[in-house]
Parts: sequence; C-alpha cells; structure tokens
Amino acid sequence: MIPRIYVPADSGALALGAEKVAKAIEKELKERGVEAKIVRNGSRGAYFLEPMVEVATAGGRVAYGPVKPSDVKSLFDSGFLKGGHHKRWLGSPDKIPFFAKQTRLTFARCGIIDPLSLDSYKSHGGLNGLQNAVAMAPADIVKQVTESGLRGRGGAGFPTGIKWKTVLDTAGEQKYIVCNADEGDSATFADRMIMEGDPFVLIEGMAIAGIATGATKGFVYIRSEYPHAVATMNKAVAIARKAGVLGVNVLGSPNAFDMEIRVGAGAYVCGEETSLLNSLEGKRGVVRAKPPLPAIQGLFGKPTVINNVISLASVPIIMDRGAAYYKDFGMGRSRGTIPIQIAGNVKHGGLFETAFGLTLGEIVDDIGGGTSTGRPVKAVQVGGPLGAYFPRALFDTPFDYEEFAKRDGLIGHAGITVFDDTADMLKQARFAMEFCAIESCGKCTPCRIGSTRGVEVLDKVAAGIEAEKNLALVTDLCNTMKFGSLCALGGFTPYPVMSSITHFPEDFKPAPARVAAE
Amino acid sequence: MTMQAASTEIASRTAAIIDEMKGLEGPLLPILHSIQEEFGHVPKDALPVIADGLNLSRAEVHGVVSFYHDFRAKPAGRHVLKLCQAEACQSMGSDAVAAKVKQLLGIDFHETTRDGSVTLEPVYCLGLCACSPSAMLDGEVIGRLDDEKIEEIVAEVRS
Repeated sequence: MIPRIYVPADSGALALGAEKVAKAIEKELKERGVEAKIVRNGSRGAYFLEPMVEVATAGGRVAYGPVKPSDVKSLFDSGFLKGGHHKRWLGSPDKIPFFAKQTRLTFARCGIIDPLSLDSYKSHGGLNGLQNAVAMAPADIVKQVTESGLRGRGGAGFPTGIKWKTVLDTAGEQKYIVCNADEGDSATFADRMIMEGDPFVLIEGMAIAGIATGATKGFVYIRSEYPHAVATMNKAVAIARKAGVLGVNVLGSPNAFDMEIRVGAGAYVCGEETSLLNSLEGKRGVVRAKPPLPAIQGLFGKPTVINNVISLASVPIIMDRGAAYYKDFGMGRSRGTIPIQIAGNVKHGGLFETAFGLTLGEIVDDIGGGTSTGRPVKAVQVGGPLGAYFPRALFDTPFDYEEFAKRDGLIGHAGITVFDDTADMLKQARFAMEFCAIESCGKCTPCRIGSTRGVEVLDKVAAGIEAEKNLALVTDLCNTMKFGSLCALGGFTPYPVMSSITHFPEDFKPAPARVAAE
Repeated sequence: MTMQAASTEIASRTAAIIDEMKGLEGPLLPILHSIQEEFGHVPKDALPVIADGLNLSRAEVHGVVSFYHDFRAKPAGRHVLKLCQAEACQSMGSDAVAAKVKQLLGIDFHETTRDGSVTLEPVYCLGLCACSPSAMLDGEVIGRLDDEKIEEIVAEVRS
C-alpha cells in the first residue's frame, strides 16, 4: 500500500504555513524516490498544533505538529512515514487531550477524511442520514429533527424542527433552503472549517431539509472573506451532482434537490437572515421587518428555510442515529453538541465540539490553557462582536443558551475571545459601537444613529468629560438600541458595551493620574 | 484609447457578462463580482448597462454597488493587503500590527501607495481567530503576524 500523508488545506492551517509544508514534503518524496500520496484534509481544529501533518500507518494515524517546512527533512530521516519518533511527534491524534476530551458528532469527519472524496465521506458514515430520509414521509423527518432538540446554531437558538414545520405546512409551488454561511462574527470559524473540511455533510443536511419541507432548490450564501470555503463548496456541489446526491432524483428517489453557492460582498449585516435574503435577491442587504417570517415569505417571497451551516450540518447525524441519540447530549433545553471556538489570546486555541454544559472557566482555563501571553485572563467575549464580555467572576456560567441569557449574555455562534489583563474595556466598548456604525444597514434609527452617538459619548468618557453623566447617557442609549432596533446588530451591540461598563467599571473611571502623566 | 472607446469597451464586456449570468435567480451580486474580477473594480460606465440588462433603475444598481464594502469604484493597487481588526485579533495586538504596517507603507486604511503597489484595507474577521493577528494578501491567508512576517509582507508588496 502506498503511504498516505495528510497535510491540511484548511485556511487556518494554510495561514500557518501548511502549503509550504506540503510543497516541502512533495519535494522530499521526489528527491528520495519515495512513493506516497499526499491528502489535503481539513483541520481537526487544534490550531496550536497546525500545520499538523498525519501519516496513516499500520497501527493507525500518527500526528506531527506544528510542522515547519524546515522540519520536513528530519521528519523523513526519523522515518515518519512509519510513525517514527521526532521532536514534532504527537502520537495518535485520538489520544491528544484536546481531541480525546471532545464529543464529535457534527465534526466527526472534519480533518480526518479527504474533503472532496465522496467515497471517503461514505466510508465514514456519510449519506446514511439522507438514505434514511428519502425513505421517510416529510412530516416524519421534521418530527425527528424537532425531537432531537436541535436549535439554530447561528446564534438565535430557535428550534430547527419548528422552522422546518412552518415551511412544510406553507403551500408554495417553489420553496427554498438557504444556508447562512455568512460567518462574520469574530472568534467564529466553525462554518468555515466544516465547509473546507467536510463539505458533503452540509450538502447532505440541505438535501434532507429540502426533502423534509418540499423545497427543491438551495443556496449557500458564503462570505467573500472565505475564498477557500467557496472553492471547496463549489467543487463538492459539482461532485455531489455528478454522483446523483443532488439533482432530479436525489439518491435515486423521486425527490428533486439542487443547490448553488453564492458569495457575499463584505457586509457583516448580511449574516442577519432577512438581509441575507435581500442580498441573495440582488438587493442592498437591508434588514426586513418581521413578520412575515422567512418561513412563510422568504427568498423571492417564497417559503424558505434559512439555517446556519452548523444547524444543517448537524442534521445528517440526527437522521442517521436518531433523535434520541442526539438529544441525549447536553443540558436543560440546550440539546446535543456545540462546536465551541476558542480564540484570541489563548494558549490552546481551536474548535472544541462538546455537549452543552461545560462552564466558561473549564473552557478557558482547562481546555484553552489560559492566555498565550501568559498573563491573567481579564475578560472573555462570548458570542462574537455582539456578545457580552464576561469577567472571571462569571466563569461558573455553564455553556447553555438559557444560562448565558440569565447573566445578560448570549452564546451566539459559540465563539469565545480571550483577553489578558492589558485589555482596555472602554476601548472594547467603543469598538462595539464603532463596528455597529460601520456595518449598520441604515434602515432603523437606533442602530444607524445610535451607534455613531455611542462612539462620541464614549470618547467623552475616555477624555474624562463629565464621565458620570455621559455613562448614564450611554446606558440610556443602549436601552434604546436594545429595544428599538430592528435586528440583532443594533439590538445586541449593547451587550458588549453594557457588560464592559457593568463588570469592568474601573476602566470607565476618569484617570487623572494618567492624563496628568501624559 | 480615447474616453469614448474605453467606455464602449466597458459596455460591451459588461453586456457579455450580463448575458452569461442573466438566467441566475437573483443575478445582480454574481454579475457585480464578475465585473469586478474583469476590471478590478466596478466602473461607473458599467452601471447603466447593468440597469438596462436587468430592467432596474440606475439608482437601484448604484444603491446595491455602494452598499457592499467589497465593490470598488476605482482600481486597487497591484496588491491588496487586508488586516483583520476584529476582536480576536485585537486581543493579540492587531492595533500595533496595523500601526506598524501603516508606518512602513506610509498610508492609512483605504489608501493606495503612490506607486500603486498596494492598497491597505481593514477587514472584520477572516475566520482565523485561533491564529491571530491575521491578514490576507491577495487572497492568501497569513496568521500569527509578528514583526518578521510584517516586514516580509511589506517587502513582497514593494518588490
């Protein structure tokens, strides 16, 4: 058997030099006259170990990382094709603590298989869910998804099955499945990883959604900042079409479903579902008022399921293993698993899929290993730019939709950014307002004007001008934005702002000593 | 080429793109992406052609083009360098990275160097948040930026 070497082509691995490593391995193979196949897999998600190269040996896969191009020669010298020892040797990936502690359902194949090999996908359990679905009545598929307890992983946490039921029950000649892959939140990269590392699972999930609701056409709206994900998804759709996974007879059944990949154009607000629909239609990405719900009048006014990548990519395993299997993981009303993305100033950054229920402290300290700078953790922003900053005092909060809401936070798309004690929370609060001003679609006043005024008022606080009075003004403004905005952009910008003011009041006090010293 | 000829050329190439993509559902964004790929920006002379081709008003087309950060009204430099300025990168010092790059290139965000070699832009998240601070140079992703990598990038765009 020809040895197989796995070198990730995931964007995160590429950003850390995976392409140069692959080239160096290729060159070394040639020079040594050794025959081996280089597979460009996705990433398993441990970015502190990327580029992580793996070789398939008789005793299973052996990982090495982080590999630099300059390590390649010595890797060959140490016999790494047979799993030989080397300073970058990590052993079996399954035994690396970061992976061993995870429960991988949605990401079961990511980083393991060749993303563009349908055979590889099938041999790891792929298409079982769709195979089951084509033999079922639509209402039964919807029932199974509802019973699994799956909730929208984009951030809103709305039960996926209920959304699907509304579309199934709404009459319409044409219905659509739209996948929201406009993953714009800082600290999140789960959608990108799955699209680059296991694109067929998303295609399978969308085909199941189509069959369950009577939709025959799907769109994946991917942000333009993800060129590699766009390329992989386009290739995967073409392969799936050729293999009859997509088309007029999905897996030989009478169900038709096909899909297209569309690319965004750099507007953060298009991650909001109604503005995404407008963008797909070729309009300005302006938010629509709800009702009507997209499930009733969505894309081109037709009944539309709009789900996040991870929601759709979690459906195949639910259809394969059953609702009870999935529901068994998790806590309270947060069922199943959640791919937590640990980012920012953290030692062990990456994607960690686990059942709901770990505390924030366990995630940051035990799994993340604290800050990469080695300084104390000051704040953790949970849920992207619209999520609250949590201090260490709230590290006992379990990762669960309701528990975070109780503490004036949100889990959003499950990205967490760690900051060390050099962070200036007034600066972070100001950035939240500034970001909202840059990305506001402009339709509603609290968001469009409130964000700009928010920046100005926080600047006054920073300059020590009537700090107390101006902080009261910011609080009042946040209240207006929270309750008066049309969507989550203006409505949730108050979360990072107010949590900074509440939990880190010392950063908002006038600093006469500092001013005088300057 | 005279102005007249240039604008005729833009119109005909734009018309060809529209012809090819008109059949898509919601064709405007794919068309604008193709036009930007063809010309490096979305030329003003292309707008009336799009409006005609898709039966929209010029105002509607202008509204869409101007809404999205990606579409350029004028060509970029030979290289485009995007520096992530979102929270995960902030936590790892993206402010200092931006300041250094700006100083080395002598330009601010949204500007192009005088020699036309590079355009510098902020970007809010490249999805490389576990290897921040990050950047994208002409579509190529770069993580864990440090002084050495910054100097490499600057040397590359200057060469």
